[in-house]
Amino acid sequence: MPIDRETIRRLLTRVQRPARYAGGELHAVTKDWEQIDATLALAYPDVYEIGMSNLGLQLLYDAVNQHRNYLAERVYTPWDDMASAMEDAGIPLYSLETYHPIDAFDVIGFSLQHELTYTNVLTMLHLSHIPLLAADRHNGDPLIIAGGSGAYNPEPLAPFFDAFCVGEGEEAIVELLDIVHRAKDQRWERNRLVRAIASIPGYYVPALYEVDAAPNGMLIPQPIEEGTPSAVLKRIVPRLGPVPTKPVMPNMRVVHDRAMVEIQRGCSRGCRFCQAGMIYRPIRERPVDEIVQAVDELLGNTGYDEVSFVSLSSSDHSGIQAIVEKTLEHHGDDGVGISLPSLRTDAFSVGLAESVQQTRKSGLTFAPEAGSQRLRDVINKGVTEQDLVETATAAFQRGWNRIKLYFMLGLPTETDEDVLEIARLVTDVRRLGREIRGRRVQVSVTLSTFVPKPHTPLQWQPLADQATVQRRQRLIRENAQGRGIKLSWSDWDATWLEALISRGDRRLANAILRAWQMGARFDAWQEHFRPEVWREALEACNLDPTRYLGEWPLEQPLPWGVISAGVSEAFLQRERKRSLEGTTSADCREHCHACGILTTLGERYPESAQRAAWECP
Amino acid sequence: MSMLTMAEQRVRVTFAVRWPLQYASVLDMGRLWERLLRRAGLPVAYTQGYNPHMRMQFADALPVGYTSDCEAIDIYLGERVAPSELPALLQRYAPPGLRVSDAVEVDLKAKAPQALMREAIYRVSVHTEATPAAIREKLAALLERESIPRERKRRGRLRTYDLRELIYELAYLSGVPPRHHLHMRLRCGSHGSGRPADVLDAAEQPISDLRVHRIQLVWGQQEEHPS
Repeated sequence: MPIDRETIRRLLTRVQRPARYAGGELHAVTKDWEQIDATLALAYPDVYEIGMSNLGLQLLYDAVNQHRNYLAERVYTPWDDMASAMEDAGIPLYSLETYHPIDAFDVIGFSLQHELTYTNVLTMLHLSHIPLLAADRHNGDPLIIAGGSGAYNPEPLAPFFDAFCVGEGEEAIVELLDIVHRAKDQRWERNRLVRAIASIPGYYVPALYEVDAAPNGMLIPQPIEEGTPSAVLKRIVPRLGPVPTKPVMPNMRVVHDRAMVEIQRGCSRGCRFCQAGMIYRPIRERPVDEIVQAVDELLGNTGYDEVSFVSLSSSDHSGIQAIVEKTLEHHGDDGVGISLPSLRTDAFSVGLAESVQQTRKSGLTFAPEAGSQRLRDVINKGVTEQDLVETATAAFQRGWNRIKLYFMLGLPTETDEDVLEIARLVTDVRRLGREIRGRRVQVSVTLSTFVPKPHTPLQWQPLADQATVQRRQRLIRENAQGRGIKLSWSDWDATWLEALISRGDRRLANAILRAWQMGARFDAWQEHFRPEVWREALEACNLDPTRYLGEWPLEQPLPWGVISAGVSEAFLQRERKRSLEGTTSADCREHCHACGILTTLGERYPESAQRAAWECP
Repeated sequence: MSMLTMAEQRVRVTFAVRWPLQYASVLDMGRLWERLLRRAGLPVAYTQGYNPHMRMQFADALPVGYTSDCEAIDIYLGERVAPSELPALLQRYAPPGLRVSDAVEVDLKAKAPQALMREAIYRVSVHTEATPAAIREKLAALLERESIPRERKRRGRLRTYDLRELIYELAYLSGVPPRHHLHMRLRCGSHGSGRPADVLDAAEQPISDLRVHRIQLVWGQQEEHPS
């Protein structure tokens, strides 16, 4: 039974930003539950404003709701005021379309994008009155699954989930609902359902694996029975599906409050620190005509005045110029703006940015990532100092006053000299700007800390130690000072926790549960994050965080080895070796490095695994 | 359609606000209207300048959580349209919770709607265990007072004002404990607006679950000057 709207209205008199919890927005899809064979709640473990900005969930919402007999509804994490109001009033977490309690759905699918949102998963299960541990759930309880980049190391969350969907979910989620429908019809036991899900390609069911300690102490999942795969290969869609052109229109400001069109999936650059670049292979470009048509429909349906061309590297789409030109031709006179979220550091990109920002020259962002050429070669960031200087010159000459630069600290082999090069580059760019534009030039510099992520060539590397990172943050502060330079850097504790969870094994789940029980909530939000709670939780669980954060032996299995991103371990090791030697690897549109994707996914998708379709040479 | 900067016509659209739109702030409401007008493809006039935006003005900001039957927005159009066709056209593209009831042409040179706001009439519903007689008594006592000095935070600064001046009518309508309905006619506009919650607070009537519905905005003929 849905929750009465009057009951929700009474709750909302007690909270900040009630629009987060009211639902019923334009284009929200409401279906008659009586006519439906299987129901899915799409859950994002953060507040509405962030969850509504996630394109992946919009794709799944559209894919499921296109099916006449299935439905998908949305739910986000209530902020603490709403969470306590709900608990006081005894009202469970509910969906924003039909206000059904979340535990009334057949499946709850969580999107895992960021490790610091994991405690919110537990909050949401708790507020839904659903047992936190998969082992404690019974026949009547919903199936709790997760997808997103977090599913590439599912182990730290393994005890909480019935299954993980690894890779792209547009087709896999519908296949899951097919099985759930059959299970409901035939009144299967939960065990049987969970086993059936494990037979859908791309699904990892942790209950079918037991863990053994590797020599370094890490818990490695192993199939319990013969026939269960030792590694689950990710799903992909061989070509990109339709663009959702009727997204739900929020009634309040959200983070990405604009139309979004995914123009390309995957990236050919091969940056060695970048998890997205490894796990979203192969490259699939959306044809220009399809993009242009989607933009027309989206703008007509939404009334947005801005469209974002989403991609890991927007200027790498072979038709980007045509996409921008056609969009401006169709909508430029209506004041529609274009945003290109991820630009290469080159003059072409500046030209592109100029053509889309006729009026608003807000700021251009580039990511050299490291200060010295040597270190950029280590991470295979194919940007030279000359590229940066030329790009900055072009940007200043064409009228920009503000440039944002992203760098990482704590990279493998990094020395203080490399870091001082960041300060020099920043100062040089500012001087360049002042020569061309004058005193109003601003260079904003964001210093993040490198986290060695699973499924990347640098996955075996240690997290740099706190003292080193903080000393290097200080080095830059001291050497890149003055008017027109704005520095920001990441909080050590947040980096530490992100690294810990992303490299965690199944044992770490105890610490996540413990930290949540001790009050950890919204860890990605500074006002909520309490690192001391995490330290206490780790201690209470007898876990030594340094074990996860140090260097990992090459020859030993990894906790996330149970998941295959389609990229071979041999390739990752080759790239690691080249990295430490400082040897670069060319863009894989130009030269194939035999990452393994054509073999692993080619077997599953034989017709489409043509090198041309995936931009493989 | 291209961005027009000369206004040829001004229309005043009256609309109701219901669930879930009652939770949109005035800034949200501005964005919602811009998008609605774009979806409807109306030839709205834009402001000139560095960052052009649609020319439109709300009569008054509806506080978050209030529902209403009588909100108004003036929209400046770069090409003439038939006002009689607007309500149906806008309704077709409106988000749930927005009901367009009327559209009339207004002289382009007429005063801004905010300048013409005088009063707002509210139906207020509250939850309290007090009896109707007890509530009546408190309301009467409040109306007896000559002045009700109060403080309100505005743009980060505390400002003192006299709430009594903002109350024109205040009456108990009906109810059975714990649900009671009140009528309030309060000043509204650029020289101060009374808030139903403040009135109840000043009457020292503890309540929970305040529900406010705006029934009518009272317009003046010309701009009001502060006395």
